[in-house]
Amino acid sequence: MVEVTDRPDTQVPPAEVPDVHPPHAHSWLSRWVFSQDAKYIAIQYSGTAIAIGLVALVLSWLMRLQLGFPDLVSFSPEAYYQFITMHGMIMVVYLLTAIFLGGFGNYLIPLMVGARDMVFPFVNMLSYWIYLLAVLVLVASFFVPGGPTGAGWTLYPPQAILSGTPGGRDAGIILMLLSLILFIIGFTMGGLNYAVTVLQGRTRGMTLMRMPLTIWGIFTATVMALLAFPALFVACVMLLFDRLLGTSFFMPTLVEMGQRLEYGGGSPIVFQHLFWFFGHPEVYIVALPAFGIVSDLISVHARKNIFGYRMMVWAIIGIGALSFVVWAHHMYVSGMHPYFGFFFATTTLIIAVPTAIKVYNWILTLWRGDIHLTLPMLFSIAFIVTFVNGGLTGLFLGNVVVDVPLSDTMFVVAHFHMVMGLAPLMVIFGAIYHWYPKITGRMLNHRMGLIHFWVTFVGAYAIFFPMHYIGLAGVPRRYSELGDTPYLTASVAGLNAFITIAALVVGAVQIMFLFNLLWSARHGQRAGGNPWRAASLEWQTPDTPPRHGNWSDELPVVYRWAYDYSVPGAPEDFIAQNDPWPARPVQP
Amino acid sequence: MVVVVALVSVVVGSVLFHLLSPWWWPPIASNWGYIDATLIITFWITGIVFATVVLFMAYCVWRFRHRPGRTAEFDPENRRLETGLTVVTALGVAAMLAPGLIVWKHFVTVPDDAATVEVFAQQWSWSFRMPGADGRLGTADLRLLDSGNPLGLNPYDRFAQDDVIVEAADLHLPVGRPVKMVLRSVDVLHDFYVPEFRAKMDLVPGMVTYFWFTPTRTGEFEILCAELCGIGHAVMRGYVQIQEEADFQAWLQGQQTFAQLRESSSAGP
Repeated sequence: MVEVTDRPDTQVPPAEVPDVHPPHAHSWLSRWVFSQDAKYIAIQYSGTAIAIGLVALVLSWLMRLQLGFPDLVSFSPEAYYQFITMHGMIMVVYLLTAIFLGGFGNYLIPLMVGARDMVFPFVNMLSYWIYLLAVLVLVASFFVPGGPTGAGWTLYPPQAILSGTPGGRDAGIILMLLSLILFIIGFTMGGLNYAVTVLQGRTRGMTLMRMPLTIWGIFTATVMALLAFPALFVACVMLLFDRLLGTSFFMPTLVEMGQRLEYGGGSPIVFQHLFWFFGHPEVYIVALPAFGIVSDLISVHARKNIFGYRMMVWAIIGIGALSFVVWAHHMYVSGMHPYFGFFFATTTLIIAVPTAIKVYNWILTLWRGDIHLTLPMLFSIAFIVTFVNGGLTGLFLGNVVVDVPLSDTMFVVAHFHMVMGLAPLMVIFGAIYHWYPKITGRMLNHRMGLIHFWVTFVGAYAIFFPMHYIGLAGVPRRYSELGDTPYLTASVAGLNAFITIAALVVGAVQIMFLFNLLWSARHGQRAGGNPWRAASLEWQTPDTPPRHGNWSDELPVVYRWAYDYSVPGAPEDFIAQNDPWPARPVQP
Repeated sequence: MVVVVALVSVVVGSVLFHLLSPWWWPPIASNWGYIDATLIITFWITGIVFATVVLFMAYCVWRFRHRPGRTAEFDPENRRLETGLTVVTALGVAAMLAPGLIVWKHFVTVPDDAATVEVFAQQWSWSFRMPGADGRLGTADLRLLDSGNPLGLNPYDRFAQDDVIVEAADLHLPVGRPVKMVLRSVDVLHDFYVPEFRAKMDLVPGMVTYFWFTPTRTGEFEILCAELCGIGHAVMRGYVQIQEEADFQAWLQGQQTFAQLRESSSAGP
């Protein structure tokens, strides 16, 4: 184990392999479009994810209008279920997963570990184009007869492929499943790349226990995704066979609208097990990169080393491993054997311990820090509030018997939006404000950033905190209309209207954020190479934005961890990872 | 400074909302007061943790905010503090898990004297079946389902003949008697959910699921389908009438058995 210390390791290990220069672009097309440079691929991934995310944002507005103002806006149940399904699927898979791993992963891994590029640049390029194809297939489902699937983002059979569900007997569900299959193929190409680059592409001196937590988060999430997505892959293939070829993997004998169908012998519960064997790790595939990134943001902007680095690394690994044995806590009332409840409630609550350690260590990093309330720091604070809130309501839903009354109600919707919607989004925003100067060489406009922060933080909390109580009152999720249910006071309608207004405002301010991204690229204040005076390697590149190949002729050599801030006696309040201070390096 | 005020307001606002909110669960009508109690314990523990964490963070932001000349402390690790926090967290988690698991044991153990009632769901209505004098439900198979046999009962099963069939109408149950709900679906997933009973369970085609409860007060309670089942999901409602024993018996006498139903449908046009 490496000692955590401010003393650099002056023994620089010898280079094990010769420096390899990544392939050079020969034309405009191979530089900008079919680029094999991870930095361009990262921007392509992020741009596509944000574009499709905008569709999901508009869908959420439409569904909120229906819930908030049922007298003014009335969509058919078909349309409503299509909105919620596509909103959920896009946000979880095509936005959050893609932007954390394809976006931040691609941009940051090579720069932060001191590599020139990903180890397989061509496969990396292919990964993006297959992702784009998956997005296009998804978008196409909006334009086919019957529209996109309205099966809910969980796509539970039998209803997902039956006629009572929008898109069930039309092309909607087929395109959805094909798109997911493509996404997983594309992700696997990218994911192998990220994992191999972290394991094999690190520069001299960059030991695993010196990597920034951002890389630990992205790396662990990638390994998890490589293990979890295959479960979704087979579930999609089997469901596609059930729909197209008449197999009965998930279809028992059933009678639909008085007609007996040709299916028989399959089990709908098996699909749920496969789906959640992917679906629960997926929560952490999104959360772990966020955990890692926010650790680095807090450390840099509080000018203090991350507290308990080694514990943080082990917590990330522990959470990653545990998240594979908790999946059936999504199925407490699914009809699976009730004794599973004892096991899955226990594992689920155990995972709260490493998660709590992470929260403590973020806050203890602020303790006796020198807290600069920059935009990345503001979003990090907002992340902690929303994550702690959403994490704690997870203790309700994970504790099997408490889940029984709350399961399938709006409480669940509020919980997962808080913990895997808002919390990771806060980190994404913070991370964009933090790394935008590295990517473009300019700062994002601060005034617009402040408006963006305050409206998003306060507004989003006002959306999702009260929503828990709607669920507690007994409103089931996925209800396009409430009807006149006697025990629900009329005021639920009032609260719903309030939430809708908040959602419209919070959504609108995201448009301003996107405008800021475009405007500042040209008009933002010039940033210089290291505006935050950060210690990790990506801020030490010879050029900003980093040029092709990232580094000059010599690869950087790393002498210390990424968290040497405010070291007593140091000339500045940070020491870059490739700075051998106070010693001189001893070359082998 | 605004941030500190905002963080404190989030805590104060959340606590006030919780205390003053008119949105709360409907009064309980079953024996599952244990579930409510466990939920309340969880609210207390998590509420205290939330307030402590956010207020402590607000204090840090106020106390250690950047001012000219300020330097952060260099403080990489503190094994004692980290171990202590881990132990405290583990104890808090155990304090919520233990009562939860005890109540769950209760939840999954159906008492021997529970009456059996079958819930039968299809897109998008609820039907029910009760055993007759023999106290046993007859066998059923979806392949036998037709208009004269809406629940697909086995006509050659003697236990099925006296089964009482309540097709797409209210379910009546006597107050104070434990009941095991046996759940069956013909088409897709549904979920039998009555908020006042606290318990709920999915209905899964191809298998039989169950849960149990004891109604503790009389009245009319709405059934809401809680598992997405297609475009009629939000309107898939029904009612449970909890009655005194005598009223329940009077209602039961007026219901058709399977044998009567078959007679009337074969005698029809």
